[in-house]
Amino acid sequence: MTSLPRQTDKKLGLAIDLDTCVGCHACVISCKEWNTSNYGVPLSDVEPYGANPVGSFLNRVHTFEAKLEERPAQIIHFPKSCLHCEDAPCVTVCPTGASYKRTEDGIVLVNEDWCIGCGLCAWACPYGAREMDEVAGVMKKCTLCVDRIYNENIPEEDREPACVRSCPAGARHFGDFADPTSSVSKLTKERGGIDLMPEQGTKPVNKYLPPRLKNDIAQENFDVLRPLLEEHDKNISGFLSWVDKTLEKF
Amino acid sequence: MTSFQPKIDTSPKVSSTISRTTCYMCACRCGINVHLENGKVKYIEGNKDHPVNKGVLCAKGSAGIMQHYSPARLQSPMKRVGPRGSGEFAKISWEEALTSVANLLGPIRRKAPEKLAFFTGRDQSQSFTGWWAQQFGTPNYAAHGGFCSVNMAAAGIYTMGGSFWEFGSPDWERTKLLMIFGVAEDHDSNPIKMGLGKLKKRGAKVIGVNPVRTGYNAIADEWVGITPGTDGLFILCLIRELLLSGNVDLKYLANYTNAPFLVNTEHNSANLGLIARNKNGEPLIHDRIKKKIHAFSGKNVKPHLTGKVTIDGQEHTTVFELLAEKYLKKEYSPEEVSKKCGISPFQIKKLAKEIADTAFKEEIVIDQEWVDWKGVNHKKMVGRPVSFHAMRGISAHSNGFQTCRSLHLLQILLGSIEVPGGFRFKPPYPKSYLVHPKPHHKVTPGMPLDGPHLGYIQSPEDLAVDSDGKPKRIDKAFSWENPFSAHGLMHMVISNAYANDPYEIDTLFLYMANMAWNSSMNTQSVIEMLTAKKDDGTYKIKNIVYSDSYSSEMVSYADIILPDTTYLERHDCISLLDRPIGEPDIIADAIRWPVVEPDRDVRCFQSVLLDLGHRLKMPGFIKDNGDPTYKDYEDYIKNHERKPNIGPLAGFRGESGIESGRGSPNANQIKNYIKNGGFWSEDIPVEFQFFKPWNIGYQNWAVEKGLFDEPKPYVFEIYLEPLAKFQRAAKGLGSVKCPTNMQERILKTMDPLPIWYDPIGESDDNEAYPLHAITQRPAAMYHSWGSQNAWLRQIHGYNYLFVSSEIWEKNKFHEGDWAILESVHNSITVPVAKMEAVNKNTVWTWNAIGKKSGAWALDKGAPEFNKGFLINHLISELLPPKKNGFRCSNSDPITGQAAWFDLKVRIRKAKAGEVKDRKIEKSHKSPVDMPPKVISYGKDF
Repeated sequence: MTSLPRQTDKKLGLAIDLDTCVGCHACVISCKEWNTSNYGVPLSDVEPYGANPVGSFLNRVHTFEAKLEERPAQIIHFPKSCLHCEDAPCVTVCPTGASYKRTEDGIVLVNEDWCIGCGLCAWACPYGAREMDEVAGVMKKCTLCVDRIYNENIPEEDREPACVRSCPAGARHFGDFADPTSSVSKLTKERGGIDLMPEQGTKPVNKYLPPRLKNDIAQENFDVLRPLLEEHDKNISGFLSWVDKTLEKF
Repeated sequence: MTSFQPKIDTSPKVSSTISRTTCYMCACRCGINVHLENGKVKYIEGNKDHPVNKGVLCAKGSAGIMQHYSPARLQSPMKRVGPRGSGEFAKISWEEALTSVANLLGPIRRKAPEKLAFFTGRDQSQSFTGWWAQQFGTPNYAAHGGFCSVNMAAAGIYTMGGSFWEFGSPDWERTKLLMIFGVAEDHDSNPIKMGLGKLKKRGAKVIGVNPVRTGYNAIADEWVGITPGTDGLFILCLIRELLLSGNVDLKYLANYTNAPFLVNTEHNSANLGLIARNKNGEPLIHDRIKKKIHAFSGKNVKPHLTGKVTIDGQEHTTVFELLAEKYLKKEYSPEEVSKKCGISPFQIKKLAKEIADTAFKEEIVIDQEWVDWKGVNHKKMVGRPVSFHAMRGISAHSNGFQTCRSLHLLQILLGSIEVPGGFRFKPPYPKSYLVHPKPHHKVTPGMPLDGPHLGYIQSPEDLAVDSDGKPKRIDKAFSWENPFSAHGLMHMVISNAYANDPYEIDTLFLYMANMAWNSSMNTQSVIEMLTAKKDDGTYKIKNIVYSDSYSSEMVSYADIILPDTTYLERHDCISLLDRPIGEPDIIADAIRWPVVEPDRDVRCFQSVLLDLGHRLKMPGFIKDNGDPTYKDYEDYIKNHERKPNIGPLAGFRGESGIESGRGSPNANQIKNYIKNGGFWSEDIPVEFQFFKPWNIGYQNWAVEKGLFDEPKPYVFEIYLEPLAKFQRAAKGLGSVKCPTNMQERILKTMDPLPIWYDPIGESDDNEAYPLHAITQRPAAMYHSWGSQNAWLRQIHGYNYLFVSSEIWEKNKFHEGDWAILESVHNSITVPVAKMEAVNKNTVWTWNAIGKKSGAWALDKGAPEFNKGFLINHLISELLPPKKNGFRCSNSDPITGQAAWFDLKVRIRKAKAGEVKDRKIEKSHKSPVDMPPKVISYGKDF
């Protein structure tokens, strides 16, 4: 089985804001688009125009409904990709050493030349974040756009994962969680960012910023507008004289 | 095993070329960087310099590769060889195709141009296609606005000189409260998402008003799960609460709106309902300082907002007082309104309070002087940081025009239009309806029409009807039935042409409009109309010519197909003459250009129209020596002048190429656009960025940029006099008589102050049809286009009917069940799913996911055919007959907007046999080759 680095210099990952994600799937497709023609084999689509189209994606958005007592129901859009765990079970389970975690930045990658397509890593991942490419027989997963973030052929401001660059609502943030002063670390602290399924002991690097509590709850004693005068319904002259008096001040 | 970390290339080359152009995966028109490698499209990303999307891109935009290489792309011109609807075509040459079309159109143009109906769908070149139709001479031209959102556009233009989306946007940088009504998630998709992100970051509040809580409404801080069709009532109730508590901006109303204007209220007056004017036609006001009546136009005018005065012996009342009398009535109280809207009185009051407090206690002041059109100098720009955005959810009802007007009235009463923190216009808006053209419809065989087709009616004299009141247009736009139909009624063209009502046409010529499927109401019957024959065996709609890029459902019903390019293979201009891409702080326009060459025998449709115009010897299309005026669309974009020195593109004009707005054509203009990233933009000077309708600096700047020929300041029309003129006609006042059968309808709906009435298209029988049925637009699809896209159809390959838990339990539904959904008109069998975040009396589904087998190059087993469905089948394009047998279209009675969302239904569980035997449209032969079984896109790179 494959070993993990004791520690990594950086912990690169994503902070995903569930309060802002509208579930538009921009990140899903920009991810597919970048990664199908960059690192590793293409992300194939089987029966792309048929009865049961199945393609490999490294990032997907799931939609859930939540209903709290006495509150209107809510929809939560939940984008999910590899969380680049510190204790990544997908790496330790790999029989060939194809799955590994990079020592310099903590990105979990698959060395496709060594991957035998056994699928053990997908079983081991509690998040379902890995997908076997049906055509290539190789395991695919989020690379955190390792071929973008250091890429000297693209402008410096664009050296971030494709999903982050494309996200229209700005719900995805990329950075180094090992650095407490990084924007993602600060954002996570501010917003009470959480680990996904911490009980699994995987120590995910990616964080989720939970939806803010909505204020559409019924509160009986909420302040309402005070009418200018009583009994307006019967006689509008009081209202009109307020208008006249107010206008005089201008 | 210890870990082995291979060395990988973290700096691979991305592409050999980056070409910057404009997206067309929806109508948002974002800037894109198209990365090319070996002549193929490798990667598409947002253009960071572009004013619309500033680098971001939605799912559709990123899936552009799959659209560009879609197997559904048409390959060459075709003529139909089997019966209509069979999908049987033979490839023909362009010469044969163009000769055939010219042979159809030539005699029509010479004898009776109105026998050509030319309608374009989601066309982004309407200033060109409209001009072509005008030069042809037919009155029968419009684009898709009539079945999209004309209520929103027309209500905005009439009330305040602009509306949402292309016309303006919330002040995303400053607003503190945003309320969105019925917003389709694919409309202005990236700017809204970007804006919501900004608001979330600042902690500004977002309130979503929508029966369904998906997309933007899902992240709204507060959700108002309103009953469809009742938004207007809810808004008027908010207005009542604001009035009663004194939370209206009186100064704004007195200075910038017609609130102080004096309306004739003398009971038996011949001028009843008209605004009092002096002999120069200037509206009069009652001055509270000078205590006399004089023109509003003076510099130191201090008008009364209230009161009744006598002018020429007749009673006149201020608009504001009429407004107060109307909305302070108990029928608009939260307690009354709550019953219909499905919102608690408490929530309405709470929202009114939040709106009022944000507008008036959190006022924004910018230290910036500006001068108004009366010459008054203002030291500061004061704003009310409440803003609104709305789309089809409120406009696609038969009370939509008045509902949209109500929303604009709410914004105006708050004083939040064109102020910091509120709603702001984008050039060329604001622009009063008085500056827009009126509709033109005068036909002269062999000659151009007398002016542009579409426009803004000001009084019954402007209608496109003959002396008997009979409509002159095939879609009956600008007739008594739908007087303000500023975008036409494309959804009625096939039905009217089939019925020869008001007359028979010869040729139906359509461009990128899927009228045989998701863009028509009553789809099944429309298909029958397209295929119906006369006794002599010829088709009732004699000739159908169609242009599209893809094998849409409409293709199989046409006789001649003119295949268009994809958006990456063509020139286009996103023009200020049309639907431009400005922002509140900038003026801008953009282009598309061929970043790749077509690999098929297809042509840019606009170039094809130029060719046809030349063949038909239409003025403007042929030079004196017989050569074509423009060799192709690129040439037209560069060299056409609509007026001297004003052309389709405003940037890089003049001999030197540095003039903007006005300037002679420049041979390098397109090259300069390409160099600049595919667009042109200029900042509006800061002192002109707000109060645009009244800011003389802005007005003069707009003249300089060619937006107007002279400054055109105006006031917002709370009281819309053109509506009053129609009501006068219905009462027998004025010179034009309203047909008797239209009087009641006009009196009921065309109130000059915003009103609410029950949607006309809804079934009255609440017991038989207790539920509302609506559609929502998925963010990852644009109408029917996305289903041919290998990546997008994996997100939305079929649709469910979503029902509330109440309906679910009542019908004992289980997962995997199907239901029978029935309207007065028809019934369909649909798969159901349970959802909590929906108004309890509403069922809904995603729009345009269901497809017809044989279309879009999909395999026979595709879920789009077998599970996906359209609710269009349940909606009739005509309302049930009146007592006199007359059937109105299922549209807003004022604008003709298709009333898609007036639909009422009932539901029950389907039996196994009913699911098995459910109606599915018969398959047709695919006009294009069948698709590949596997894609591994990117292996070439």
